[in-house]
Amino acid sequence: MDSNANPALSTSHLDWLESESIHIMREVAAECANPVLLFSGGKDSIVLLRLAEKAFRPGRFPFPLLHVDTGHNFPEVVEFRDRRAAELGERLIVRSVEDSIATGRVKLRLADESRNRHQSTTLLDAIAEFGFDTCFGGARRDEEKARAKERIFSFRDTFGQWDPRNQRPELWSLYNTRVHAGEHMRVFPISNWTELDVWQYIERERLAVPAIYFAHLREVIPRRGGLMPVSSLVSPRAGEQVETRMVRFRTVGDMTCTAPVESTASDCVAIIEETAVSRITERGATRMDDQTSEASMELRKREGYF
Amino acid sequence: MTTSGVLRIATAGSVDDGKSTLIGRLLHDAKAILEDQLAAIERTTAKRGGEGLDLSLLTDGLIAERDQGITIDVAYRYFATPQRKFIIADTPGHEQYTRNMATGASTADASIVLVDARKGLLVQSRRHAIIASLLGLRHVVVAVNKMDLVGHDESVFRSIEGEFGDFLERIGITRVHVIPVSALHGDNVVDRSTAMPWYTGPALLELLETLDTDDIAKRPFRFPVQGVSRSRALDQADYRGYMGRIESGTIARGDSVAVLPGGQRTCVRDILAWHDNAATSLPTASAGQSVTLALAHEVDISRGDLIAAADTDPGDAPRVVQAFDAVLCWMSKNALDLSRRYLLKHTTRNVRARIIELQSQIDVNTGSARPAAGLALNDIGAVRITTQSALVIDPYTTIRSTGAFIVIDEDSNETVAAGMIR
Repeated sequence: MDSNANPALSTSHLDWLESESIHIMREVAAECANPVLLFSGGKDSIVLLRLAEKAFRPGRFPFPLLHVDTGHNFPEVVEFRDRRAAELGERLIVRSVEDSIATGRVKLRLADESRNRHQSTTLLDAIAEFGFDTCFGGARRDEEKARAKERIFSFRDTFGQWDPRNQRPELWSLYNTRVHAGEHMRVFPISNWTELDVWQYIERERLAVPAIYFAHLREVIPRRGGLMPVSSLVSPRAGEQVETRMVRFRTVGDMTCTAPVESTASDCVAIIEETAVSRITERGATRMDDQTSEASMELRKREGYF
Repeated sequence: MTTSGVLRIATAGSVDDGKSTLIGRLLHDAKAILEDQLAAIERTTAKRGGEGLDLSLLTDGLIAERDQGITIDVAYRYFATPQRKFIIADTPGHEQYTRNMATGASTADASIVLVDARKGLLVQSRRHAIIASLLGLRHVVVAVNKMDLVGHDESVFRSIEGEFGDFLERIGITRVHVIPVSALHGDNVVDRSTAMPWYTGPALLELLETLDTDDIAKRPFRFPVQGVSRSRALDQADYRGYMGRIESGTIARGDSVAVLPGGQRTCVRDILAWHDNAATSLPTASAGQSVTLALAHEVDISRGDLIAAADTDPGDAPRVVQAFDAVLCWMSKNALDLSRRYLLKHTTRNVRARIIELQSQIDVNTGSARPAAGLALNDIGAVRITTQSALVIDPYTTIRSTGAFIVIDEDSNETVAAGMIR
């Protein structure tokens, strides 16, 4: 399939999305005292970094980068994170869930359970430690139904909580950035981007992404209709088979709950084609923790999650 | 840059009107609902004792919304057809959530207003249309829904079409499109209905694919300064660039501009964007583009100033004012207090302001003005405002970006109102 065969793959809208995102980032830089950009090494935050370059270069970014390391990250992604931050010459702060566990801030029920939820504690502690009043995140409204409801400038109270029933009105592109001490704002510059837009932008900007986004052979365990990647944290349970399949990751999160999809897409163009015809949503295909209840994301977000 | 590749739509209504069902049907028939979403909807429908697919579950994403069967806040949905990309803001219809409806409608090109064919024009449909009119939406599409429940009767449709058409004309909406649909069965949503041969117009999606959008690039040039960039670029000496987004019009290198409210005149030396790891010079740029402008003369410019076209017809020049008339949508539980000071955000400028006079209140259910006692949550009123320092404004109906503002309570930080300059 080429772009003539599917005009939905036209890219003229990318300029409009890019401009909106730059405008949002510049509003934060002008009005917020101490912002930070959450950078995980995943594709959405990679796009955020490019947008920050477009907004602020040749100057430096008016904020540092922060990664909340779960200790369950794919090693390729952590390595990419460090390399990208160094290339940009920007300051990267890493705070880890491991440390939160060591200090007793996070208590695990099971040693190898998903640390997805626990990131919220480490994140809120880091926000308090540095006094950040604004965190840029790479969340998109097309990802999930609770995110579909969230404002671009999303207020968090002194407990870091989102109150979905009482969001600030947000008209036109006039953002109310004001918070009191101890409260903060989460800002999502790519709220209006879809998964397809992100891949089209990565292709257009020739952005590097961690290799696990592209098709590769990997040992996986078929489980609950998905494929769990074998790792130091995931091994077969009784009755399960390890198989080697050609897969790629659509999202990169906690290794214990992020599943790859079968794919032979080995470059951006192939991923764009696959995404355009995919019949399964990004999180539906890959995040086991979002399937535990129909409101998993909303509940996590209320606790301070990204 | 054109935004015509994207159409932003606001829908308004409640579950009773079948609004969420209509969007669900639109997405489903346009193949924009994916399999795992369908499976989740089926599971939830069954768990609640229903049968088949309750498509309203697709957009009512919050726990409270599902529990109460109502829409509380805007949900944004994205889909594309071979013709166009769409962003749908699915907004609540209940009066108590009017501020959330306004949030969704403020960025839309078109509004879809639902009418239940059995009930005809309700207060709620009128309120949606009035808010669409106040916010200056270019098109109003009236979907007369549940046609199957009135036997697909043409006379029912024509009667609603006539009554609503008159009403919309009276409140100043000129681009009106009325379609008979059955969201539940998919008639005239994506595919034209065979049950209503008397209707020869387009199905809803066909119509949405062809609606024109407002061409803001043809309006006078407006560039609110977001920030100043002092950097060493390329081989140039230190340069001062003014960062911002072009809100209307176009600009080319060498164009004369006025810096307002100060009134200094200069011209554009360069238009810069960061591309391929370098500051790239653009010969022209137009509405919607975020760029950095370098000017020919040293002028004292800071955030909140507006760079505008110079040498335009006097009618096209922005006004520099400290007092103006506006329409306010009040969005706070704390009513308007004429004796206190508020913070007003207009373009990139924050100023202290007082609302000195409440001239009238607009009845959101009829569109008519009446004497006002006060402005409480969800009330709309005509007011006069004074500001501590100058604003550079246009009428909202001419240029949205320089005609819109929000009002903030400095103590609570709450956004208490949205305003449109008259």
